[in-house]
Parts: sequence; C-alpha cells; structure tokens
Amino acid sequence: MTVLSCHGVRKVFGDQVVLDGLDLDVSEHEVVALIGASGSGKSTLLRCVNLLEELDDGTIHLDGEHITDPRVDPDKVRQRIGIVFQAYNLFPHMTVLENVTLAPVRVHGVPRTAARAQALEWLGRVGLADKAYAYPDRLSGGQQQRVAIVRALVNSPRLLLLDEVTSALDPELVGEVLSMIRDLKSDGVTMVLATHEMGFARQVADRVCFLDGGRVLEQGPPEQVFAEPAEARTRQFLSRIIEAGRL
Amino acid sequence: MSASPAQLDRLAYRRHQTLLSVLVAAASTLVLGVLLVVAVTGAPGWDRVRESFLDPAVARESLPDVLRGLWLNIRLLFFCAIGALTLGLVIALLRTLRGPVFFPVRLLATGYTYTFRGLPLIIVLYVMTLGLPGLRLQGMPSTLVLGGTALVITYSGYLAEVFRAGIESVHPSQLAAARSLGLTYRQTMRFVVLPQAVRRVAPPLLNDTVALQKDVGLVSLAGPIDAVRAAQIHTAETFNYTPYIVAGVLFVLLAAPLIAVTDWVTLRAARRQS
Repeated sequence: MTVLSCHGVRKVFGDQVVLDGLDLDVSEHEVVALIGASGSGKSTLLRCVNLLEELDDGTIHLDGEHITDPRVDPDKVRQRIGIVFQAYNLFPHMTVLENVTLAPVRVHGVPRTAARAQALEWLGRVGLADKAYAYPDRLSGGQQQRVAIVRALVNSPRLLLLDEVTSALDPELVGEVLSMIRDLKSDGVTMVLATHEMGFARQVADRVCFLDGGRVLEQGPPEQVFAEPAEARTRQFLSRIIEAGRL
Repeated sequence: MSASPAQLDRLAYRRHQTLLSVLVAAASTLVLGVLLVVAVTGAPGWDRVRESFLDPAVARESLPDVLRGLWLNIRLLFFCAIGALTLGLVIALLRTLRGPVFFPVRLLATGYTYTFRGLPLIIVLYVMTLGLPGLRLQGMPSTLVLGGTALVITYSGYLAEVFRAGIESVHPSQLAAARSLGLTYRQTMRFVVLPQAVRRVAPPLLNDTVALQKDVGLVSLAGPIDAVRAAQIHTAETFNYTPYIVAGVLFVLLAAPLIAVTDWVTLRAARRQS
C-alpha cells in the first residue's frame, strides 16, 4: 500500500529551482533514504510533505488523499505526519515530559494521565525515563534528538520524516540515535530520511534515492546504488563522500 | 583525597585577596561619604535649605495627606498596570496575525502603537478627563477612571511593542516544530511562542511598569489628589518644600521592591541564556 506519493513536485526559492518535477512513492513499512549534495532539496522535500512549504507545482498524496489541495486543512494533515529536525527544535520552556505530551493532549485529545503514561513508556524504551522532568538544555544532543523522535512518535504518525537528524550531533552521540531509528524500522514505522550518513543509509534503508538537479536521479536498493551506481553524477557524489571518509 | 600544596596555596591567596578588596571598598565608601556630608553641610546656604526642605515638623504634619495621596497612586498603578499589560498583549497579538482577513485589524493595531507612542501622555489625559465629559453622555465614568484609561491607552502602546519584540524573538524553528505536531496557530501562540516571548521580555515589561508608577500621578492634573499633588498643596500653604521630599522618599520606597524584582528577573533571564 502506498503511504506517500509525490508527483511532479516543484519548489522555487527566488530564482533558484530546488525541486524540479520530483516523483517519489513510499510504501507502508518502507524506509527510504534521500541522499545528495547539500542544497539538492532533501530537506525542502520533507518540509513540502509536511506542508511547512507551499509547492510551486505538482501534487502530494498521503494515503491516497490529495494533501496539497489548498482546501485541505494543513493542521489535520500534520497530525498524521511526524517530522524530526536537524536541530531537534525541542521547546526549551517545557520539560521533556511536557514536550512529549503537548500534542497528544492538545491536538489528539488524549487524557492527560494516559498521555503521561504513554510518554513515560516511550521514554523508558529509549532509555530516557530518568530525564522526564528535566529541561532540554540539561540533555546531551543525542538525548535531545531521541526526545524529539519520541515527541513525533507518540502521535502514531502514518509517516515519519527525519531531516538530517544526526548532522548536529557529536560523532560519539550519533550511534544512539541511529540505533533508535533501527528499532523503529523493525517496528514497521514508515520513514523518509534525509541523511549524510551513507553507512547508515546502507544499513537501514530499503531504498536509497539520489537527489540531483531537483529530481530523483537514481534509486534502488542500497547495495545497488552504493556498489554499482548507474549514473555518472551518482558516482561522482559517492566518490567525494568516500574521499571525505564518510562511507 | 586532600588538595595538593599548589591548590592550598591558591585558595589561601584568593582568601587574602577577597579580604583585601572588602577592606578597600569599605574605606573608599567611608571617605566618599564624609566628603559628601562635609560638602553639603558646609555650603553657605545649607541652613536655609535645611529649613525649607528638611523641616521635621512640616514633614510630620504633611505625612498623612501625602500618604492618602500615595494610596491613590498605588490603586491606580495596580489597575493601570493590569489594564496596560493586557491591552498591550492583545494589540501585539493582533499585529502578528497573518492573512488578508486580518488586514484591517493589523492596520488598526499598527496605527494604535504609532499614535499613542507618539502622542504625549498629558494630551491624552486632558482629552480623556476634560474632553470626554464635555460630551455630556449618560453614564460617564469618574475622572479617576477616565484618567486611568488615558494611562492604559498610552502605556499599552509601548507595552505592545515590547510584547511584539518578544514574540518575534522566538525562532521560526519553534513555530515549525509546533505546527508540525498539528497544533493550530492559536495553540502554537499559546503553548509555544508566548511563554517563551513573555519570559524573554519580562525585564523591559517591568521596567515600563516602574515608569508607569511615576506617571499615574499625572491624573492629578484633572483633579484627583495624588501624593505629589498633596505635597504641592501643603507647600502652597506653608512655603516649605519638605512635603515634596516626603513624597519623593515614599515614591522611591514604593518603587524599590518593583525595581528589585526587575533586577532579579533580568539576572535570572541572563543565567538561563548561558
């Protein structure tokens, strides 16, 4: 079953064309990794899917519903999609528990006690139960990012978008976030992740999409894209990554 | 584990330095204080100034009336501060509304802050307390209420801009995070933006409240007797200025706790940032 379907997506900032007729389909339980150079539109695509950016052309469907129809209430769509940002974006004036329970209580109408129990269970699963009453600035980057992922997950989203979730982390903290995402994959969470971690994309993704020139230039199973890329641009990109020691 | 000789030496040296700086501070304060007292009391006109500004008998006599006036200041401050903070927040929120439907609302709110920050308070006061009653409408409130309203109108213009600065200082990524969770614009404002914004601008908000405390006395221009006006009446009777000093001291005492709270909040905000 197709969860997400992007068709001919175009996004322009000023005179810069970031997405130029991009097509992408994501099936249920599938994990898709978006790779590509900085500025290739990975983050922009995720922001478009979450309706944080307006399209300049094309359509996006979520579970068959046309969500880029201007008559659709974006708040209702965002309730079904979770997104995690590179800079965590936790609410600094709320404790970890308040961060996690805000949406369930205020948006989804979950009773407060139930929401707290559910949040504590999730935090326990990712080893952060003892941080429930701490403020975000007392947490390490890796812990903050795990809280941000939990904050998105408690709402049981149909689709989880991960935008460079390890790019702001110290190298020794990357592992804890990646292992959490690996667990989510085994839970069957449908995910689209923009990443610079090629090794991780190779391990966790069912499919890797290489973005170039505002389109998906090449896609396939990770072993195929990484080992025998068909396109010259993909080979060029991957060789630069290897030079930088990131593969 | 015991500290190394080097650490013990460092601690001893620091203790010595602390003691030394306390002694130096005490000595320099004493010297400056003595110099000031000598300079003022040694001035040729000191005796006449003391008589007309620091007469204990006059002070005692005027104190009850000045205190009665001060009670008016306190009541006015209480209600005007609440009114101006509330109205200021509402206007700031109206200015941040997006969408074409809200264009006239935005325009009005913007016009409001431009007008009442530019217009001198005294003119607003005269229009409200002398002009409005001239219309002879039914149910016109008392001069005190009208004067208080003038203060609220003027100060809410300033406070609205302080609130707006706070709202705009919250990073867009916070809005994105809140909206991406499915929160509506109103919920985002209420739970995510405003709590952070108000915390950030608490020091300037309190600062304006301290300024308001001194300006509430201006309603006496329209009749009601506040502390300064009470002092003026006494001075007019005795040609002695001591009542002004009494009122001045009371104002400082009244402002002190508010200023202390402001300093404390500012300090706490600064600590949070680091």
